[in-house]
Amino acid sequence: MSSTTSILHARLHDPSADAERVTDIHLSEGKIVAIGDTPAGFSATQQIDAAGQYLIPGIIDLNTRLREPGQEQKGTIISETTAAARGGVTTVICPPDTDPVIDTPAVAELIRRRAKQSAQARVLSVGALTRGLAGEQLTEMAALKSSGCIAVSNARLPVHSNLILIRALEYAATWGIPVFVNPLDHALNNSGCAHDGRVANRLGLPGTPCSAETVAVATMLELAHESGAHIHFQQISTGRAVEMLHEAQLKGIHVTADVAAHQLHLTEMDVDGFDSNCHLLPPLRTLADRDALRQGVAEGVISAICSGHEPHEADAKLAPFPATEPGISALETLLPLTLRLVDEKLIDLRRAIALLTSGPAEIAELDSGRVTVGADADLCLIDLDREWQFAAENMLSAGHNTPFDGWEFHGQVTHTFFEGRLTWAET
Amino acid sequence: MSAVNLQLDENNKLRHFLSIEGLNRDLLLRILDSSESFINITDRSVKKVPALRGKVIANLFFENSTRTRTTFELAAKRLSADVLNLNISTSATTKGETLLDTLRNLEAMDVDMFVMRHGDSGAAHFLASHANPGVSIINAGDGQHSHPTQAMLDMYTIRSVKGDFTPLRVAIVGDILHSRVARSQIMALNTLGVSEVRVIAPRTLIPSYARESLGVHVYHDMDEGIRDVDVIIMLRLQKERMSGALLPSEHEYFQCFGLTEERLQLAADDVTVMHPGPINRGVEMATAVADGQHSVILQQVTYGIAVRMAILSMAMQPSSAGRET
Repeated sequence: MSSTTSILHARLHDPSADAERVTDIHLSEGKIVAIGDTPAGFSATQQIDAAGQYLIPGIIDLNTRLREPGQEQKGTIISETTAAARGGVTTVICPPDTDPVIDTPAVAELIRRRAKQSAQARVLSVGALTRGLAGEQLTEMAALKSSGCIAVSNARLPVHSNLILIRALEYAATWGIPVFVNPLDHALNNSGCAHDGRVANRLGLPGTPCSAETVAVATMLELAHESGAHIHFQQISTGRAVEMLHEAQLKGIHVTADVAAHQLHLTEMDVDGFDSNCHLLPPLRTLADRDALRQGVAEGVISAICSGHEPHEADAKLAPFPATEPGISALETLLPLTLRLVDEKLIDLRRAIALLTSGPAEIAELDSGRVTVGADADLCLIDLDREWQFAAENMLSAGHNTPFDGWEFHGQVTHTFFEGRLTWAET
Repeated sequence: MSAVNLQLDENNKLRHFLSIEGLNRDLLLRILDSSESFINITDRSVKKVPALRGKVIANLFFENSTRTRTTFELAAKRLSADVLNLNISTSATTKGETLLDTLRNLEAMDVDMFVMRHGDSGAAHFLASHANPGVSIINAGDGQHSHPTQAMLDMYTIRSVKGDFTPLRVAIVGDILHSRVARSQIMALNTLGVSEVRVIAPRTLIPSYARESLGVHVYHDMDEGIRDVDVIIMLRLQKERMSGALLPSEHEYFQCFGLTEERLQLAADDVTVMHPGPINRGVEMATAVADGQHSVILQQVTYGIAVRMAILSMAMQPSSAGRET
């Protein structure tokens, strides 16, 4: 990494600092070497005039399915990290439900190597909580941790019994490794494909009740308390879950939560007309749930916003609604959807940036998400005044499955740096 | 919403027939009026009109059906259309062909209209949103969503017996949760302006937000629910739902929700009893009621052909069938 860069006159917005300030940042060998005056002997091979633009830490996404290995028809490490770079995302954290499952250091190592060769963002893995995600036998979590897994999770698959679950939590706690949980009671979910509410009732779509999430949250909270594990809830969707988490946090139980950006903007109403791009898991819920999630974001119960990125090939969404695969390709809309919350006066810019950077860094126990001298030069420049229209056909992700086609956004990523290297520049 | 745009052309004429939702009262009445004219044809010695001569209608049944498929076939033949019956469960899909590929292949054979039954809610909307211009989709039942031709033949039956919809109190009894027939009936009855629609079933068989999402009054007590109603529609209870976590047994279901002669006394004196068929005698209703003087169950089947003739011809040729109001 011989290139050196100076970003000039940027409005530096670091969530760990008190106030923003206009300054210059100097990058060399993949690191931030100076903020402010140019260091002695530094000569920039590249200078970017960032006057009027905001410089923030690169975004850390807690939930990105890259689809590699195993489902390359939906996406690859190259295609999806390129989409990440465009979205200002410099770290993606992928769940273990790849094929093969990330349940051994060998698979984690395979992904790490492929990413090292080709990725436009830092790729971190979550290891499996149980072997093959089958919910029966624990994985070698100590080894997974040594091979770089930042957490363990059973993704969306059930753990066979609560006995196995608490043992898995205790074992994870032994090694100080966080457990990521997608709260879902599979029996209560039944064959649900939309929120069990007015729209699904009218359309005759099998419903996923709120209890499919809240029963799982309640169980996990009890087990978290008993096991002492750090449990992080991913992509919560119900207002009741926000309440329960709030109570647990007040009691001092070590639980955190994130929400997917689309859950803060869409509701069950968007499923009307059988729009398969709104077939999601967890499903879009009521306006009251959406508002409670927003409140949770504003008040801090929820400390990160994630993309919940799930790219699909076109065929996966070309079928009758219940037969389509759930999920949206979301890396390229994560930042604009979060900035929209600032426009809507729910949160201020500082909080919005924290939810995408320092918030997820803290959950995943990463030493990043800050702009400081000596840190990796993972940075993102945003033009907050730019108005633009999002177009599904222009997405860089291999999956163009998005419900946000045609949405008008305010604020756009202009440059992304990953380890000091320019990985995206908007023209 | 999109269902409206999909079903109607720019002149508000029927282009596809997917669900009752999004169709206004006038259009439903036009379908009933048009059905009336086809009823007379079925009384003639030559039961055929040339309305759809030269047109090709494909029956795509992804779920088993005898009655509905037969009445659609008879309706199409009486309109002089050529009918293709495709037994999908034994052909394309077992070879891995997608629904969209099936549509494209048959379109390439110049099929003008598809009559489809499918196990997934929204299947007919999906097909309609990808069909070529000039190709019509008729929903013969999709998942738990909609079965609009059944609802229209039920409306026709009610009108033929009762005349006016507005004063009627109608009770629908049984598995509302899983029933596409019930959803379509409820929407049709409310669109046609009946005074009250009630649904009667145990909590396990009623959608969580039935009142808000469907506009019905919910009853869990059969005697209370059928009191003074003018029409009772009994729904078929699927065998696999009769014993398990939804219901304990056929016996208890009949005890609590079965329609008996004794219970029928609670309804209006001239109550009409309906059932979309096939009946489980002794489970949903007593034989004496099914074959009794209030029952119009077999008329429903007869009317089904005329109503489907009306819908096929209106969706195929929106300019020539139906009267402008």
